[in-house]
Amino acid sequence: MAPGSPVDMLISPQIPAEALAAKRIELGLDAPAYVQYLSWFKHLLQGDLGYSMITYEPVMNMILTRMGPTLLLMGVSLIIGVAIAVPLGILSARKQYSKLDYAAVTGSFLGISVPNFFLGLGLIYVFSIWLKLLPSSGMTTLGSEGGFGDILLHLIMPVIVLTANVAGRNIRCVRSSMLEILEQDYLRTARAKGQKETLVINRHAVRNALIPIITVLGMEIPILFGGAVVIEQIFSWPGIGQLTMSAIMSRDYSTIMGLNLTAAVIVIVANLLTDITYALVDPRIKYSK
Amino acid sequence: MNLFERYFTGRKEPQLDTDMIWPEGDESSLKLFTRRFKKHKLAVAGLVVIIILTLCAIFAPLIAPYDPTTVTDSFGAAPSMDHLMGTDQVGRDQLSRLIYSARVSLSVGIGSILIAVAIGTILGLISGYFGGWIDSLIMRITDMFMAFPYIMLILVVASIVGPGLMNMIIILGVLGWPGVARLVRGNVLTLKEAEYVKASVVLGYSTPRILFLHILPNTVAPILIYATSGIAGAILDEAALSFLGLGVQPPTPSWGNMLASAQSLTVLTSQPWLWIPPGVMIILSVLSINFVGDALRDALDPKNTK
Repeated sequence: MAPGSPVDMLISPQIPAEALAAKRIELGLDAPAYVQYLSWFKHLLQGDLGYSMITYEPVMNMILTRMGPTLLLMGVSLIIGVAIAVPLGILSARKQYSKLDYAAVTGSFLGISVPNFFLGLGLIYVFSIWLKLLPSSGMTTLGSEGGFGDILLHLIMPVIVLTANVAGRNIRCVRSSMLEILEQDYLRTARAKGQKETLVINRHAVRNALIPIITVLGMEIPILFGGAVVIEQIFSWPGIGQLTMSAIMSRDYSTIMGLNLTAAVIVIVANLLTDITYALVDPRIKYSK
Repeated sequence: MNLFERYFTGRKEPQLDTDMIWPEGDESSLKLFTRRFKKHKLAVAGLVVIIILTLCAIFAPLIAPYDPTTVTDSFGAAPSMDHLMGTDQVGRDQLSRLIYSARVSLSVGIGSILIAVAIGTILGLISGYFGGWIDSLIMRITDMFMAFPYIMLILVVASIVGPGLMNMIIILGVLGWPGVARLVRGNVLTLKEAEYVKASVVLGYSTPRILFLHILPNTVAPILIYATSGIAGAILDEAALSFLGLGVQPPTPSWGNMLASAQSLTVLTSQPWLWIPPGVMIILSVLSINFVGDALRDALDPKNTK
């Protein structure tokens, strides 16, 4: 089993060894790992994720209250990231080797190469410390009611960081997918029959180019989750990522298990949705019964 | 003659199918490869940066003005003639730490990818070639690995096995193989139907011989491309983990754990020489590797006719 347990974190000269041993038994940490796992699994089947070993809160509650902020952060970043990547990728492909194309591709490389925690720190340095424009931590101002505008202000910097990642990864995907389509014979046919260029691009090229992009977007979800862990840590965003870090640091096993299970479920649901959208968008794809 | 040899040695006999792909007549493949690669100016620049970084990493003790873990005379001092990039809060020379960090990043990047590629290639070859229940078993295992968000899985494993350079390499390597396995499997599925593989089967070659001498060389190009971007990814992951305090631990310097000091407000506001250089180094190395990877993708693409 892992080195360190929640009980080891309590060790201090003031607490006698007997008390620690009692605590260990109370939390069920004295049992062998497989017994602990089976007991966890039995409760899981009854829809019970157990209690945190640190705060004694039900893990389910902890995850549910933190899910909202994370989904908000991930959702907004994903939408803006795609809204940047798709048009830019298409334009970039249509004007291959133009200045815009070079700028977009270089920007996309930067987006995937800049570590998101460094970008986050840089933004805090510029916008919070230097310009004093944006709040650097939390989701709402402490002591205030919160409200839409306040959350929006707090959302800007973390979203910029995650958006840079999403857009960076996807611009080149959209571009290369579009470039491939632009060489297809049916585009020449469409032009040959005198269709307007905008129609050729929008109706024939873009629709086909976007099909592979759906798969890429499905894979975005787990990556965004990982990004959220780091970003929430920097911006003290009260979401799943922050909960994960604190649970890992205090060896709160029941919470870690619950969090990983939730993450896996979200990833699998995202994959399922990807497959379904795939079939909806592309009539050529059929799943056999 | 396999694809890999063709890239790097040159063609001996004209072949109908490849002549359509390589219309340049007598240009050798290595020349062709270099010519295509050189078209990417940024990739050439990236390659130069990587070579410089590698040299810095290898000869770190000769270049670095101080020992990276020795406490010198000044604490948190701004850049000066004595310390070109200043010193950190503990009083260690920042420039020396930056140089030594290249060792950490490059060894994590290359080491973990070697492990990932080794596991992934073997499992991918087996999975694609044998099919059936072996294939299902291996693919379900990769599905399981891929169902968890990568960083979360790494964080949990890192907290269990403990921090450290060796552990980082092993964790990133052991968790990084599913992508390679899927890539190789996909390639094997197509190559399996190729005539020369069927011929090898008819000739009665042993299965390992077919797998490693006939199929593997033809999937080297995509693996190479994947590995390049994998190195960049591993460097970023190591930096993130060290930044969160679960990766390489001080006093061993790593760009990630040097950046971690910027989580304190005084460092962030008044000692920018402590956190901007390591960040710039990460960007520089990852960007260079990504540029090279992209150029490799173009230069090794058989569909490329330019």
